Amino acid sequence: MSVIEATGPEVLPLGQDGVLVRFSRTPSSEAAGAVLAFAAAMRGTLPEGTIETVPSLTSVLVRFDPARLGRAALAELLAQRARSRDWLAAPLPAPPRRWSVPVAFGGEAGPQLAEFAELAGISETRLVEEATGTDLRVLAIGFTAGLPYLGLLPPDWDVPRQPQLTKQVPAGTVAAAVRQLVVFPADSATGWRRIGRTAFRPFLQARAEPFLLRPGDAMRLVRVSEAEMAALEDAEGIGGATCEVVS
Amino acid sequence: MARLTIHRAGPALSVQDLGRPGHLSEGLSPGGAADRLALFEAAALLGLPAVVPAIEMASMGGRFSTDTPMRIALTGAPMKAALDGAPLPWPSSLLLLPGQMLEVGGATAGIYGYLTPAGGIATPEWLGSRAAHLVIGVGRPLAAGESLPLGPDPAPNAPAQTLDPEPRFAGGTLRLMPGPQTGLFDAATLERIQATAFTRSAQANRQGIRLDHEGDPFPAAGAKGLASDFILTGDVQMIGEGIPFVLMAECQTIGGYPRLGTVLPDDLPKIAQAPMGAGLRLALVPLEEADALWQSDDTRLRALRKRVRPLIRDPRDIPDLLGYQLIGGMTRGDDLDRKDIP
Repeated sequence: MSVIEATGPEVLPLGQDGVLVRFSRTPSSEAAGAVLAFAAAMRGTLPEGTIETVPSLTSVLVRFDPARLGRAALAELLAQRARSRDWLAAPLPAPPRRWSVPVAFGGEAGPQLAEFAELAGISETRLVEEATGTDLRVLAIGFTAGLPYLGLLPPDWDVPRQPQLTKQVPAGTVAAAVRQLVVFPADSATGWRRIGRTAFRPFLQARAEPFLLRPGDAMRLVRVSEAEMAALEDAEGIGGATCEVVS
Repeated sequence: MARLTIHRAGPALSVQDLGRPGHLSEGLSPGGAADRLALFEAAALLGLPAVVPAIEMASMGGRFSTDTPMRIALTGAPMKAALDGAPLPWPSSLLLLPGQMLEVGGATAGIYGYLTPAGGIATPEWLGSRAAHLVIGVGRPLAAGESLPLGPDPAPNAPAQTLDPEPRFAGGTLRLMPGPQTGLFDAATLERIQATAFTRSAQANRQGIRLDHEGDPFPAAGAKGLASDFILTGDVQMIGEGIPFVLMAECQTIGGYPRLGTVLPDDLPKIAQAPMGAGLRLALVPLEEADALWQSDDTRLRALRKRVRPLIRDPRDIPDLLGYQLIGGMTRGDDLDRKDIP
């Protein structure tokens, strides 16, 4: 049985101090747009007592201090705002920043590129062209500290996670599944397929700015060779990435 | 600055406090002590206005000394403890003097014991916390030979205290509040889950604890194609075919498996402290009931302070009573009668 879609945005509890607004149960570019637009519209406009407003791929979590704000009042307000317009039709808000990140695809850097291309039904060359040709957005940051979910890639990238976990992939691994890419800030286990690697580290505790990315940021991947990628390794974990502040 | 020296260290000692809430946008789970109640108990025993950073000791303690008179609270899972060879009650607060050796052995019940110096561990802060978050490489396990900076004890003359800890070291019932995916489980499955006797699996750490049971797994009917979404400490996620895992302090922040609900914060110490094989049950409570059970940190600490009482030690456990009282120049002699210590 597949997911039964709700008819509109759902307002749901998540923990004693959280209200979740869910726009869809399955990932889509419409849901991603709704989430980023709704989160942006909520920031700074929610009542005293809200602690943080965080986007995921399909929902926005608002955490609150129950000593200062009741769940019922917050949930009612969020339900009104969620129904006030068709957020699924909302265009993606303009990115605050544009990143350019060098990535080595295939080879030792991305040993599952060929496998992923075959599952996607396109050539490896085409896959890399689509990865570097798509205006990616940081849809959410999570799973582990600083890990960006980037998307959405063209529909042919709708390949499920592999059934078995890869026990450990190295920091900088770029992995793909369900029309998205993730970039691992540190060594990790994953069910996503490794298609490339970057010297860019989205999270590095020792760096003056430990977290480099924010939800909503735009990103372009730039193809480099494995040797070029290796030469970009630096203690700061920038890896040749550049960032242009748009707004 | 006062220092605490670790002469011997169990395999899983780390600095823990209440962690780093408020960084979900950065993918950071709050982390912090596995049994937060133990840190509140320590603050109550030491008469502190708030929780201070402590050493969390999983199953096995270590050997410790200080270079400055410092009160220490021992809370959480009871461990065999002795000061210069004389057994110590648990939980309790006590004064540790330079030259004395505090020995903390294995847990006699539960998993996580805590050693809290009254001045707190004063290692460098990151994002408002000193807690090690080992999964993401923040901090590291403590090792023998290390010496940790401590803050000053605000009241080294305060008397030794104890309290009756909330029972939580042998499993029990975990209350769950509904979450965004509770509705993916059909009524029969929800009923079966709540009627099942679980045991705490061997697979358990600061990220999550697996629950074992006899019988079929607990599938979520509507979970196929589900988008990855937020996951919290306390969430019970059904991995694979439907095997429950309770997410703990260092969990991931986004996950793709369906979640049954969220264990109430008040019951998290019970699952954190459940030893391997301990019996556990899951009980869903309505949202309104769960919300009504929410407590602020201040309320929690105030309630615990009321349970603190002076520790009367058996004189036979104190090897050199006269010497103890002479060193007791550190105390004012009227400690047990004073009412001004919060």
